[in-house]
Amino acid sequence: MTDKVKGFSVYDSEDSPQRLKFYQTGTLTVGNRLLDAKLRTVQATKERANAITSGHRACQGCGEALGARYAVDAAMLACDGKLVATNATGCLEVFTTPYPETAWQLPWIHSLFGNTPAVATGMAAALKAKGQTDIRVLAQGGDGGTADIGFGCLSGMFERNDDVLYICYNNQAYMNTGVQRSSQTPGAARTATTMPVGPEPGNVFGTGKYLPAIAMAHEIPYVATASIHHLHDLEAKVHKAMSMRGARYIEILVTCPLGWGSAPADTIKVARLAVETGLWPLIEAEHGELTGSHQLERPRPVEDYLKLQRRFAHVFKPGNEWELDNLQALADRNIRRYGLK
Amino acid sequence: MLQQIEGSYAVAEAVAMCMPEVVAAYPITPQTHIVEHIGELVKAGKVGSCEYINVDSEFSAMSACIGSSVMGARTYTATASQGLLFMMEAVYNASGLGLPIVMTLGNRSIGAPINIWNDHTDALAARDSGWIQLFVETNQQAVDVHIQAFKLAEAISLPVMVCMDGFVLTHAYERIDMPDKSQVESFLPPFVPKQKLDPDQPVSIGAMVGPEAFTEVRYLAHHKQLEALEIIDDIGEEFAELFGRSSGGLVSCFDCGDADTIVIAAGSVVGTIKSVIKDMRDEGHSIGVVSIRSMRPFPRFKLAKVLQKAKRVIVFEKAFSVGVGGVLALDVQWALHNYSLPLYSVIGGLGGRSITRASLRKLFDKGLRDQLPQTHFLDLDIDAVNRELARERSGDRSGPAAENIVRDLGVVSAAKTS
Repeated sequence: MTDKVKGFSVYDSEDSPQRLKFYQTGTLTVGNRLLDAKLRTVQATKERANAITSGHRACQGCGEALGARYAVDAAMLACDGKLVATNATGCLEVFTTPYPETAWQLPWIHSLFGNTPAVATGMAAALKAKGQTDIRVLAQGGDGGTADIGFGCLSGMFERNDDVLYICYNNQAYMNTGVQRSSQTPGAARTATTMPVGPEPGNVFGTGKYLPAIAMAHEIPYVATASIHHLHDLEAKVHKAMSMRGARYIEILVTCPLGWGSAPADTIKVARLAVETGLWPLIEAEHGELTGSHQLERPRPVEDYLKLQRRFAHVFKPGNEWELDNLQALADRNIRRYGLK
Repeated sequence: MLQQIEGSYAVAEAVAMCMPEVVAAYPITPQTHIVEHIGELVKAGKVGSCEYINVDSEFSAMSACIGSSVMGARTYTATASQGLLFMMEAVYNASGLGLPIVMTLGNRSIGAPINIWNDHTDALAARDSGWIQLFVETNQQAVDVHIQAFKLAEAISLPVMVCMDGFVLTHAYERIDMPDKSQVESFLPPFVPKQKLDPDQPVSIGAMVGPEAFTEVRYLAHHKQLEALEIIDDIGEEFAELFGRSSGGLVSCFDCGDADTIVIAAGSVVGTIKSVIKDMRDEGHSIGVVSIRSMRPFPRFKLAKVLQKAKRVIVFEKAFSVGVGGVLALDVQWALHNYSLPLYSVIGGLGGRSITRASLRKLFDKGLRDQLPQTHFLDLDIDAVNRELARERSGDRSGPAAENIVRDLGVVSAAKTS
């Protein structure tokens, strides 16, 4: 591990303007410092690559910025800093750039909105042809770039089992263009194109796709979901994915205060509740078979999750109880389907 | 070594000699034979450690090429027609990023109506994409220009599209002097990328550029294309010296030194035009042809020099801009803006329609007498078009126009009984 790649030496220097920060301080993960060194998050170690450095333009409380930083640093640690990344158009691409600024401390390319998995395919093929398979390929996109416009390329990359780790940061709508519905927007959710008006306020039910299951159907070596409230789990999954070859897919639910109408200070809380209600199951699968799921001792009612977000405000209005029931039914089905309890 | 060989097969062999490290391709007629044979050569281990990727679409093909090229790998693909349009967003992206990908375009028309045969609509749809576009007349040139294309692309860090007529060239068996691999090796230096993703020197590629610098970044691409005007000729000459035959360059001229009438065209039709001109020369007519070998960059000044003594110019092209007319004709007109030469724009060979020597002879005879309209569609059955217009004006639901015209022309035997 070289200092150049890791870039942490500056943080250790006495006269550095920026001292090493332990982001877990003041959160429920403060116990991190009390953990055995091996169990601490990458962010708490000197080995942290700081691959997405500070100073970028993400919104206050952005779940994607948090998720991406943990995921990329975990991936960097897993391959000794020999990582190259590609990024779909979207919030992550926009808030980490534009020229001449860049938050990326690793080799990074943005090509288009819908072609990221294919760009990654080409990168992996080049590395294989050159015999440089010690360098690993990371592809990243949002839910729109992954499940909608990039879906064909993604399926092709999965099907060919190209040596790529694809991470989808799912904030459940096209946030970068102003909160329009994607195929990963949940039922009832208000977006700029699914307004809470008419007999079915918000996004209609019975639509959308759950991409982790589609990824599993490709029988790729590894599929996992993660959440930004459980960063040890997120890092462990990235680490596991990096220990494998072939097409691997991790989807992280990332709170979007802007698009979800949640308080920036509640970002972690909202993410936790998405998991604890059963609306966002944390699962792992290998070669199409479910290998693990995060257990919920006492699933919380979906109201606890929904009431923190203005995009669901209308489901609490008289006459819309059926929407609430539908959302609870979705959570219950997830709990059954993925054995969360 | 002389070989009787299919155009596609020969191009595949030539590309393989250039030792690409990654080939990503999606099948489309009439490009298939090229990528099939490259795939076979790669699988047989004859292209070093080259990776051949069977991608899921042309959009993925060009995107994988972007990923491969940005890792510093020599990268190749081939497509045609709808495939080029389907990958178009990535086509612009590849040139915008300055990635020296080489692509063969087996020229084919664009639907609807769907049509698999040759014209140049696909290539001209990409003329503003920032790619260098080279056209070839013969399969010998196709082989030779591909080898030059890699050298050119990598020298200036821009992608190069080699345009060869679908079926007319891709599926034609011709005698070709196949280059020797050692010759190709000595001609084509190893690829040294101007930029790449490298963990030892991390850079961000493809980030947003705002109004403050966008013009300069785009102008740079224009400047590099203008520089290529010299480099294309230089590489062509270098090739000729080493391989003993001339097959590159910006334009090639046939009988046009003293010609009063100069025909301008691109691609395989130049061969047919040459044979007509030969006959006309024998009869004492002063006529020649200029073959446009580089469509982008467009050799404006070189062309003006060739045309300056002519009395008239006939631009023949297998594509047009709907609502305007000839596309190449406009470029030529721009090249001639200092000269007051009559310019006739002729559009023909669309969707694979045969361009016969008889039609061309009639056309050129009219041209010599200045009897051509400014824009002329070769062998157009205007009556059939007028009859369809009448059907549409009748007020009834006239149905699919394409079917109506086909039935009207009596090509479908069933139409005759109805």
